Amino acid sequence: MAATASAPPADLRPAKSIIYCGVCSLPPEYCEYGGTTKKCSDWLSTTHPALHNTLYNTTDTAPLSTLTPSALARAEKDAQKKAAKASATEAKETSRRLTSRVTIKRVERNKRKYVTEVSGLEAFGLELKKVAKELGKKFATGSSVTKAPGGLGEEITVQGDVSEEIAEWLGEKYGEAVPEDNVDLVEDKKKKGAGAGP
Amino acid sequence: MFKKDFTAGSKSKVKSSAQRGIRQKVLDTYPLLTPYIDEILPKKEQLDTIKIPDRVALYSLHNRPLFWQHMDDAIMPHLSVVHKYPWCFSRVRIDRGAIRFVLSGATLMVPGLTSPGGRLPGEGEDGGEEYGNGGRELEAGEVVVVEAEGKENACMIGVLKMGTKEMKEKKKGVGIENGHYLGDGLWKLDLS
Repeated sequence: MAATASAPPADLRPAKSIIYCGVCSLPPEYCEYGGTTKKCSDWLSTTHPALHNTLYNTTDTAPLSTLTPSALARAEKDAQKKAAKASATEAKETSRRLTSRVTIKRVERNKRKYVTEVSGLEAFGLELKKVAKELGKKFATGSSVTKAPGGLGEEITVQGDVSEEIAEWLGEKYGEAVPEDNVDLVEDKKKKGAGAGP
Repeated sequence: MFKKDFTAGSKSKVKSSAQRGIRQKVLDTYPLLTPYIDEILPKKEQLDTIKIPDRVALYSLHNRPLFWQHMDDAIMPHLSVVHKYPWCFSRVRIDRGAIRFVLSGATLMVPGLTSPGGRLPGEGEDGGEEYGNGGRELEAGEVVVVEAEGKENACMIGVLKMGTKEMKEKKKGVGIENGHYLGDGLWKLDLS
């Protein structure tokens, strides 16, 4: 068994080390199918110039291609469509990021007892469940993802009045994702409509 | 199988006995991995199992996905493992035209494998060596790694729906369904 199962270590091929694209996470040779070809190309040329040269050399499309011209044209069109789609979604994402706001709301639960509700984080691509856990850990309180009043969407409810601290923490930890200007602090004292509308 | 993006479910540690089982199963399915098994699945390390949708279990080590398994189907490597040890798996090759379909999650059809750019075991000028798989025809149900014409790394892994011999005769139909391909939900999954 040993003779057949284990190859002699001397001629063992070592594991290949693979470079993955920092933009689309695919191996760079597949970047052209990811839809963000331009960015991938830029990334590769700055981080791995040699590889960039071999891959993005203009001659590389010619030799191996066995496609008919019509199929090639279709592939081209498809790639263009994909790229357009990718850039469109990206633009949408950034505009949404600019317009959407995070609301940190202090809600009176009982006299002198407060909970803090944080809503709007999901628009910035943060995972509510994870953030809730982090908040709970940070402030050593209960923290959960709850349904927002009105039934639409979800928000994070942190026990205790920690609105100021959350605002600060958000700026520190997720400052890149959530611009500080987009964070609103609202105090809600049982009168409705104090905060911004839905 | 992972066409849609998804988030990881619960993560739990694998019992050491189960870990041994996984190791054995990997070795049974991919005997060529034997020399590397200690590199991929070190005996002493703690594996994690992560539940992902559609009753798939993903085994990971230090937050790096290694293998996945749908219920009790064949255990399959994550493509990052395939990229490291491509010579340890049965391989086929598709032509250039099929790549974009595969990478958008389509079912792999047989013409992509039988056309001049594709390679099946025992054909083509270099088929005897690189895609020979020991000169053996692959049967339906075997796990194959799909490489692409003009590319170095594999783009997909899946289970054959049709034996390679049948493919060469029919030259049409479904080749591989429900695999794991570059850029799918499993590939993009962030474990940390």
